[in-house]
Formats: sequence, C-alpha cells, structure tokens
Amino acid sequence: MKTYDTIEVAAWIDAMVNELHALLQQEPDLALIGIRRGGVDVARHLASGLAARVARTAGHPDAHASAGAGAGAGAGEDTVDIPFGELDVAFYRDDFDRIGLHPIVGPSMVPFDLDDRHIVLVDDVLSSGRTVRAAMNELFDHGRPARITLAVLVQRHGHELPIRADVVGHALDVADDDHVELDASAMIVRVGARDELARRRDEVVQ
Amino acid sequence: MSLPDPQLGKGGTLRHLLDLDSLDATMLTRILDTAEGFTGVNDRSIRKVPLLRGKTVANLFFENSTRTRTAFELAATRLSADILNVDLVTSSTSKGESLLDTLRVLEALQCDLFVVRHGDSGAAHFIARHVGDTITVVNGGDGRHAHPTQGLLDMFTIRRHKGRFDGLIVVVIGDIRHSRVARSDIAALVTLGVAEVRVVGPRTLLPNALESLGVQVYDNLDTALDEADVIMGLRLQKERMRGATVPSSGEFYRTFGLTPERLARARPDALVMHPGPTNRGVEIAADVADGPQSVILEQVTWGIAVRMAVMSMIIGDRAASDHQKSMMDAST
Repeated sequence: MKTYDTIEVAAWIDAMVNELHALLQQEPDLALIGIRRGGVDVARHLASGLAARVARTAGHPDAHASAGAGAGAGAGEDTVDIPFGELDVAFYRDDFDRIGLHPIVGPSMVPFDLDDRHIVLVDDVLSSGRTVRAAMNELFDHGRPARITLAVLVQRHGHELPIRADVVGHALDVADDDHVELDASAMIVRVGARDELARRRDEVVQ
Repeated sequence: MSLPDPQLGKGGTLRHLLDLDSLDATMLTRILDTAEGFTGVNDRSIRKVPLLRGKTVANLFFENSTRTRTAFELAATRLSADILNVDLVTSSTSKGESLLDTLRVLEALQCDLFVVRHGDSGAAHFIARHVGDTITVVNGGDGRHAHPTQGLLDMFTIRRHKGRFDGLIVVVIGDIRHSRVARSDIAALVTLGVAEVRVVGPRTLLPNALESLGVQVYDNLDTALDEADVIMGLRLQKERMRGATVPSSGEFYRTFGLTPERLARARPDALVMHPGPTNRGVEIAADVADGPQSVILEQVTWGIAVRMAVMSMIIGDRAASDHQKSMMDAST
C-alpha cells in the first residue's frame, strides 16, 4: 500500500486551485459541484483555496472568504462567493440492475440556477468515468449548463468511457486491480488492493 | 408450521412490502433514509430520475382508491417506470375469472412490480405467495390488515418534524377496528421506539386485545391528548362497518372529534395528522384540519418520495439478487 500524505495532497489541490483561478478570472460566474462523497470534500478544499487566492490577489491576505451559497463570509467586495452544490448520483448509476440502489443516498443539493452557467464538476478519483457520466446526466435534469469542466484530484487509468478530466491534481500510474482512495478527514490518498485498504480502514476505526 | 416471512429476501433485502409488522427498525430506517434522498427530485426542473427505466409497475386495484392509486402512479412515473393501471373493480374478476388466473395474465404481460389494493385482509400476502419469482408486490392497502406505505409516510412526516421517535407520545384516535392505516402506524411506531402510543375511540371501534400491540388504551380523548406530540386522526370507515357501531356522526364528534379546545391539551408543537380523506365535523374540526399544526397535505407530498424509495429498493434488491444468481450460474 502506498500513501500520499496531507502535504502532497495539499500540493495537488493547490495546482488545481491555480488552474481554476485562471478560469475564474475569465468566467466570474463559475460554480462548483462536488460528487458525493469524496468529490464534495475535494470541491470544498478547492472553494476555500479559490476564495483565499481571490482575497490575496486583491491585496488582503487576511480577507477570509467562504465557499458555499452564502455560508459565513460577510459580503465584502474582495470576497468571492462561488455557488456550491453537491450531487448524489445514486439514481443515475448504471449498475442499478446489478447491485440495486446504493444504501446511502441523500438528496442532491444544487441551490442555484445552473442554466447557462459554467459548472466545474469535481470528483476525487477518475477511473472508469461511469460516475462522471451519471453526474452529467443528473446535471442536465437540473438545467442546461453552458459548459462543464471536469476537475479531479486523481486521474488514473482504467477509462471505460470517453471521459477525461480538464483539471487534474495528480495523475497516478497504478496497477489495474489497485484501488485509489481519498481519506477526506486528513486529506490523505491511499493506493492498494481493495481488501488491504478495507483492513486499513478497520484499523483506523479501532 | 409458520411460513417464512415472504417480505424479506436473503441478506436482509426487501422482497415485497406487505405490512410493517415484521420489519425491524433497521429496515424501516433504511426506507426512510432512502426516501429522504428522493425529496429533492420534486424541486428540480426535470422531476424524474431514470432509475426504473424499462421497468413496468402494474397498479392492481380491486378496490377503488383515487388517492393511493394516483400517488403510486406519480411515484412510478417519477422513477421513469412504465405504469399500467388495471381497474379490477369492474373487470374480469366480476366475469368469474379467478384471482389466480388474473395474476397469470398479468405475469404474462411481464410486469416487474404489482401494487395491490384489495378489500380483503391478507390479499397482498396471498398474491405475493402466488406470483412468480420475477414479480414483487407492494401492498397498497388490504382490508383491515395493513397499509404499509401510508404507515411509512406517516413515520417520514413525524421524523421530518420531530427529528426522532424516542420520547414521543403519539395518540391515534377513532376507528381503529376498521383501519389498516392504524395497524401499520402502530406497528412502525412501536418498532421505532416512541415513548407511548395511546389509542382512543369508542369501545365498539377498538379491536380486542389491542394492548398486546404495545399501546395504551384510553376511553377519554381529553386525557389521551395530555402532553401529546403527535395526534393521528382516522377516517370513520362507514363502508367497512356492518351493523350500527357508532350511534351517529354527531355523537362521535362530540366525544371523539378533534376540536381546537381539545387540541390545546396537547403540546403546543403537536402535529395533527390524518391519512385522508377527512370527514370535517366528524373526526376533526375544519379549523384543526386546516390549522397551523396540521401536516395533512404534507403527508400526501412525502408519500411520493416514500413510495419512490419503496419501489426502487424492492426492484433494486430483486435485480441485484438476480444478477448474483446469474453470475453464480455462469461460474458453475
């Protein structure tokens, strides 16, 4: 099992924030939507990173902006309030006929109008592309975005669909049967055999 | 010898939904949690998810019910299932075709799920035991026995408002004897661990041995309402009554009608619920049914999400077990 620690993962997030910040300057009405669950965690880090970056470029290093629809942050002129949403793709997955309904579902939350907006869709790991397909299908049931940019923390091979990320934190070259997992509480990425990662999770719980 | 519970499949899956009596708190909570996931679908520009695309749900109504049929129909439509409304009240059963013959025909039409509404208690169980492996059954109300989706949507409404079940005092008023809703509600409330279920009504409308269900029986509505958190009214089901069991509607209202004065005895934040249709001035005062504590219309709305959850869980669990079986067959 290989582990990428908090510092390494933070650098990946940072690289993504750089790219997205450039995008944000061209298109101020950008919105972030994370795919539950790992994608939402990554999206939150991106949102706060972007807010800090905007504040810094405006010359106020202490200015504190927050992500999420109106959460916290007094609406100072140097703060950004990037619309933030969460998708639960359980109702759009293509394996319903194989595994049934995912046991944990929550309502998707898209608390803004996404018609004609540029959506940055965020996930933790891109491999087969099936989750992203499901997420895009769902997005179009919420409205008609002008553009969708895909941002992922980790891109690995294993593509089964013609879907590639536009913004990538880190490209990992891993064995086909290895599993890549984001531990969102510490922002650590682990790579290993599926059962090995599961054992590791059990140890942490104990 | 008792038969195994036909509702549950291997590994705690939901095979059919026939009543709430044998479902444990884990299963009830799983259904309520899943329903929570569907609540957002109503707020989107496209109020539909593709989950049951290509599946067929047949509404088999042997007894009239516009409300329940429409609610199931809407839920199935929102799941992208195809829906077949089979009106059996006036159809082949009256031409002498047996129930089993009717079922065989509907099976041959390759439906995936039957929603069954029937005037006889036990009809849904009977159908579930006699359908082929490919079909699942959801009870949409059978006789006096059970109305599990109504029970679930009532639990969902309570949880939405109170956030919990422990510590709650719930009062069920009126015609318990003829009420499948009351039976399903009581079963779920007891399983989910409310502090107390109080049942109150004229003795003629209370079944015998009611206490064995884990409820407290009251004769006086005023006393029963003290400190109540949830008050559930029931419709006086005249069509199911044989012989005079209630002197008159006016008499019933005077003794057991939920009036604003009586409601004041309950906690100020007590919920007023009713499965509908309400008889205003019989079980409940119009001012109470339409008042600020009433969640009667909300119950109808949540009924869609709850039925979406039930149908997708049952069809999903079925599909998963079929898939597993075919994988095993392929490997042997």
